[in-house]
Amino acid sequence: MALTNFTQAINQAIAEEMERDPLTFLMGEDVVLGPFGATRGLLQKFGPKRVRNTPISEAGFVGAAVGAAMAGTRPICEVEFASFFYCAFDQVCNQAAKLRYMSGGQARMPITFRALFGALGGAAAQHSETVYAQFLSVPGLKLVVPSGPADMKGLLKTAIRDDNPVIVFEHGGLGRLKEEIPDGDYLVPLGKANIKRPGKNVTLIAIGAMVPKAMKAAEKLAADGIDTEVLDPRTLIPLDEEAILTSVGKTNRVVIADEGHLRGGAAADIAALIAEKGFDLLDGPIRRVTALDVPIPFSPPLEKAAIPDEARIIATVRELMGG
Amino acid sequence: MDVGKDLLLKMYRSMQRIRQFETKIRDLFLANELPGFVHLSIGEEASAVGVCAALRDTDRITSTHRGHSHLIAKGGTLRQMMAELYGKRTGYCKGKGGSMHIVDFSLGILGANGIVGGGLPIAAGSALAAVITGRDDVTACFFGDGASNEGTFHESLNLAAVWKLPVVFVCENNLYGEFTPMQDVTSVKDISARAQGYGIPGQIVDGNDVVEVYARTSEAVARARAGEGPTLLECKTYRWEGHVAGEQAFIGSNAYRTEAEINEWKTRCPILRFEKTFVEGKKISRAEIDQIIKETQAELEEAISFARSSPLPNPSEVTDDVFI
Repeated sequence: MALTNFTQAINQAIAEEMERDPLTFLMGEDVVLGPFGATRGLLQKFGPKRVRNTPISEAGFVGAAVGAAMAGTRPICEVEFASFFYCAFDQVCNQAAKLRYMSGGQARMPITFRALFGALGGAAAQHSETVYAQFLSVPGLKLVVPSGPADMKGLLKTAIRDDNPVIVFEHGGLGRLKEEIPDGDYLVPLGKANIKRPGKNVTLIAIGAMVPKAMKAAEKLAADGIDTEVLDPRTLIPLDEEAILTSVGKTNRVVIADEGHLRGGAAADIAALIAEKGFDLLDGPIRRVTALDVPIPFSPPLEKAAIPDEARIIATVRELMGG
Repeated sequence: MDVGKDLLLKMYRSMQRIRQFETKIRDLFLANELPGFVHLSIGEEASAVGVCAALRDTDRITSTHRGHSHLIAKGGTLRQMMAELYGKRTGYCKGKGGSMHIVDFSLGILGANGIVGGGLPIAAGSALAAVITGRDDVTACFFGDGASNEGTFHESLNLAAVWKLPVVFVCENNLYGEFTPMQDVTSVKDISARAQGYGIPGQIVDGNDVVEVYARTSEAVARARAGEGPTLLECKTYRWEGHVAGEQAFIGSNAYRTEAEINEWKTRCPILRFEKTFVEGKKISRAEIDQIIKETQAELEEAISFARSSPLPNPSEVTDDVFI
C-alpha cells in the first residue's frame, strides 16, 4: 500500500499498462509535458513513438485513435478538457461507439479516452462542464467516473484492457486527493458499485467528485442520527443496477448527488431506473442534488451557487427524512 | 507506364465487377427489393480500381458512403456485399450496416462510412497503427470533393503530414456534393492544390484512366511505404447516376445537372476507354474481354441468388455485438 494522489494514480495506471502491452500508446494534447502531471515522464519511459503530442485538433486525433484501434493497437487518447469532446462528437459517437456493432462485430475498438471535467474554480463554462450525460444515450460507449486515487488507478487499468471504447472522466478537483492504493496489478472491474459507507436510513448515490462531499455530509448527518449509506456507482455505463436497488431496498430512501446538470443528466437516468424497477422499495420521493441548469459560471460565488455542495446534500437528505 | 497483361486483366475484371454490381443494385433498388438507399459509383470505377491495384493485401483502405467500388476493388465478395444490401444475416455486417457501412477486416477494408469526411482521421489512425506496430503497410483513404470541405480533411492531412504517416489521400472529385456543384461551395478549382497547405505533394490524376490512377498511386504508395509521408491525389471523375439512386422521384429529372453534361462524361467511360486502348492496341483480345464480362455476370447472378435465399436476421440478434 502506498499513499498516492489522484494524478499519480493516472500516471501509474498508464505506465503499467504501457509496460504490459506494447500495442498500447498515448496520444493527446500536451501529453509529453503533462501540464497537470498525469502523463509527465511517460515520454522518457516509453519514447516518442508511443507518447505523442497531437495538434490541438480533436476531430483529427480522436478519429485517428479510432483508426488506430481498428487497425490493431490500443490507444489511450487524452482530450485535455471534457468539453473539447464537442469538437470530436462525430468521432466518438458516430465512429468509436458504433463501428463494432455496425460491422457485425468485426471491429475491435479498444480505445480509452481520458478527459478532465468538472468545476475547477473559475475555469468558466467551456472548461468546467460535466459532460458524461451527453454520452449516456450513445450505445457502444462505457463511461467511468472515478472518485478517488485507488479507483482511478484500478478503473483506468481495466478501461485500457477493455476492447470497447471507454471514456474515463477525471474530475479536476480531485487531483491532489490522496489515498492508499493496493500494491501490485490493481484492477477494479467496470460495472461494480462501491458502498463507501454502509448505512440503514437513506441511500446517497454520489458520482465522481460528489463522493468525498457525500462522505463528509454523511458524517454530519450521522450526528443528527441519520445513518447514510454512500454508494459510488464508479461507472455509469455499465451501471450496477443490482447494487443500487439492493441499497434502496435496505434504506427505502434515496438521494442522488451529481455535478452534472439536472435535465437529462446521470442523476435523472439513475432516478428513472429506481422509479421503474424499485418503486415499491421507496418510502419517499427520489431526490436529486445536481448542478443548476445554467452554464457553469466564472466568478467564484456564481460557480459555487451553480455546483452542488455538502450543504445542499445535507439539506436535501434532511428534508427527505422529514427533518 | 507499361503494365503487364495480368494486371490489366485483373483491373478490367474489377471495373466490370463494379459496373455490373452497381447497375444491378440500381435496378433492384428501383424495384423496391433493397431497403434503405444506395449511392452508386457508375462512371467512377477507374479511380477505385487503379488505387487498390497499387496496394498489397495487408494495406488498408477507408471508404465513403459511395463505397461499393472501393470495397469491390479491394477484394470484397459480391455475395457478402449483396447479402448485406438485402439486410441478410449472411452479409458482411450481419445486416447491421447496410450499403454505407460495409467492412471486411480480413481484406483491410476498415469500412465505408456514412459521415462525409468520417474516414479521413480513421485512415490517419490506421496509418499510425502501422507505425506503432513497426509494419510498412499503407492506408489509402478515399473521400469526395465534398469531404475536402470538412474540418476532418484539414485535421487529418495536417496530422498525417506532421507525423509522416503512410497514407495516400485519394479525393474522387466527381464534381458534385450531393446535389450541389462543387465549384459553388469550394474555394479552389483543384482539391489537389490544398496539399500545398500541408507541405505534402498534391497531384491531379485523370480519374477515368485506370492505368494512370494505378501509376500515380504506386508512386504515392512507394513514398508512404518509405516513410516519406502522405500524398494527396485528386482523381477527376464523374458519377453518371445521381447522388442517391431513385432521386428523380423526389427532385425530378435534370434538376441540378444537364443531360448534355452527363452524356459528355459517358463518352469518357473508363471501361470503354480501357477496351479501346488495349483491344485496339492488340494487348488484350475481344474474346478475353467477353469472357470476363460473362464470368462477372455469372458471379453476380450467384451473388443475388445467395442474397435472396439467405435468412433475414433473427430479431434476437439486435443486441449482438454491443454491450447493453
